[in-house]
Amino acid sequence: MIELRAITKAFNQGQHNEFWALDGIDLTVEARRVTALTGPSGSGKTTLLTVLGCLARPTSGRVSLKGEDISGLPERFLTEIRRRSFGFVFQQFNLIRGLSALENVMLPAYPLGPEFGALRLRAEALLARLHLAHRREARVEWLSGGEQQRVAIARALINDPEVVIADEPTANLDTALSRQFLAILEELSAEGRTVLLTSHDPLVVESTAVHRVVSMRDGRLVAA
Amino acid sequence: MTRWIARQRYLIDYALASAARRRTRNIGLLLVYALLVFVLASVMLFSLALRHEATAVLRHSPEVILQRMVAGRHDLIPPGYAERIGRIRGVQKQAGRLWGYYYDPVMKANFTFMVPPDGGIERRSIAVGPALARERGLDENTGISFRAYSGKLFAFTVGAVLPQDSELVSADLVLMHEDDFRAFFEYPAGHWTDIALSVANPQEVRNVAAKLAAALPDSRPILREEVLRTYASIFDWREGIVLTVLSGALLAFAILAWEKASGLSADEKREIGILKAIGWETSDVLKMKAWEGTLLSLSAFLAGYVAAWLHVFHFDAGLFAPVLKGWAVLYPRFDLTPAVDGLTLATLFFFTVFPYTAAVLVPVWRAAITDPDAVMRA
Ligand SMILES: Nc1ncnc2c1ncn2[C@@H]1O[C@H](COP(=O)(O)OP(=O)(O)OP(=O)(O)O)[C@@H](O)[C@H]1O
Ligand SMILES: [Mg+2]
Repeated sequence: MIELRAITKAFNQGQHNEFWALDGIDLTVEARRVTALTGPSGSGKTTLLTVLGCLARPTSGRVSLKGEDISGLPERFLTEIRRRSFGFVFQQFNLIRGLSALENVMLPAYPLGPEFGALRLRAEALLARLHLAHRREARVEWLSGGEQQRVAIARALINDPEVVIADEPTANLDTALSRQFLAILEELSAEGRTVLLTSHDPLVVESTAVHRVVSMRDGRLVAA
Repeated sequence: MTRWIARQRYLIDYALASAARRRTRNIGLLLVYALLVFVLASVMLFSLALRHEATAVLRHSPEVILQRMVAGRHDLIPPGYAERIGRIRGVQKQAGRLWGYYYDPVMKANFTFMVPPDGGIERRSIAVGPALARERGLDENTGISFRAYSGKLFAFTVGAVLPQDSELVSADLVLMHEDDFRAFFEYPAGHWTDIALSVANPQEVRNVAAKLAAALPDSRPILREEVLRTYASIFDWREGIVLTVLSGALLAFAILAWEKASGLSADEKREIGILKAIGWETSDVLKMKAWEGTLLSLSAFLAGYVAAWLHVFHFDAGLFAPVLKGWAVLYPRFDLTPAVDGLTLATLFFFTVFPYTAAVLVPVWRAAITDPDAVMRA
């Protein structure tokens, strides 16, 4: 599905505080499987996730998606790929305050200009599936952490992406909610979606919902 | 195409929701903005309307007016004076005119008494301008009397109220019969106030004036084009003062808009980052913000412009009439005839809506081109 070859990523390159967050990563992410990146804080998990999800470009190395090299594509095409192929669930959920849950879920589809009624139905169906139908008109800042995460998941699914990317999905959840998340994870992979997540939560890493664990340290992969 | 419209509708929707979320800030901005447009538009509409009036005044006046000067002052035209001009090529018509000023102690205002060149007014009857009719409650067939400078009281019946196409032309006008005029002002028979000459060809006006000056050395020809030029420069000068003051206001607004708009709050930056991360293109974010800016500035513009219109044409431009209107003494109350001109409207629009939208977009653009990975680390 996604192939990384000799990926490096430097922050503040050429300056005194230059920092290599990724230092030669080769990784193949298989389709329809749940892959978890794990490792100590600062090891480069989030950075690797941004490269995998086309949110950031690597400093060097090649990224290919379904066999097609996308490292050289201009920003516009990357956005297009990101919109069609990836759905993101951020650690802080990153919902837009002041808007309702439903509006937040529909947001990624706006630039595509779909028919409004159909879009609304799709968003409502996603919220219902995540047991949030009764909260769809509520402003997101009034929702609990677990509810906010489910809104974020619904938002990630609205454009029906092949790959779902989640950064530290259980960091803000208690055990019960984390288990609920793992159940959703299984559903997603059962639907045939590829899931990529980072976590240092043993509950996630050791879960049967996760098919593969990739460990990192100091910007490199380490054998598990 | 329908896809394009659908996308814009989504962007507008989002822009409106986003504006509503920062309600206090946007309402404050809207008010300041509308106020600025209001003041600028008031000045423009007002001076434009005045200019219209002045042009209307002069449109009806003859190309050349000949006054006789005695000891450097305007004096009456004696009998036989006009005949001395003889025939001058290019002059189509020449006629003596009778007019004078009358100060009405009741209204504490000046009126122009005049004998219309083509007659048409009965004896003991007058036609009055709309301002006078309004102030003294006159209507057709009501009576009014004026005390002449000689002390004698003259009674008239109002035969007609002049139409209000242009108030400056007719507001203070009182038209009367020649005999009444001469009796009222004790004007000696055969004398005239001045002589009006019509010249068809504008190229010949200066020649005619030169010939008049040669034939009658004690006369002063007044050319309409010169009067026009004087009016224009007076208006420009007054408008200049007001605009100087206003450019200060404009500058203040620009600074405000810049500060308000450029200081993207952390919240807004985060929002832009989120939008990009979930698949909005930089151009989508910019379009959405452009809509937001346009909708805000457009509504401010409309509100300000409509308020200015009401101010100028329904409330007599009360706020700055003292600066712009030199006529305040002559015209106790005078409604301007509404006039709009596309160019000034476009100018105003361009200088308010455009800079604001640009000021909003620059910082958004700067925030929007940064890599979206920053949202991962919020
Ligand atoms: N924009 C940036 N500028 C400079 N350094 C950065 C930037 N983003 C990340 N880093 C650094 O890169 C390193 C890797 O960061 P990253 O967020 O990928 O780690 P992580 O494995 O996700 O850590 P955590 O488990 O704490 O989330 C860190 O040392 C971080 O300080
Ligand atoms: Mg991280």
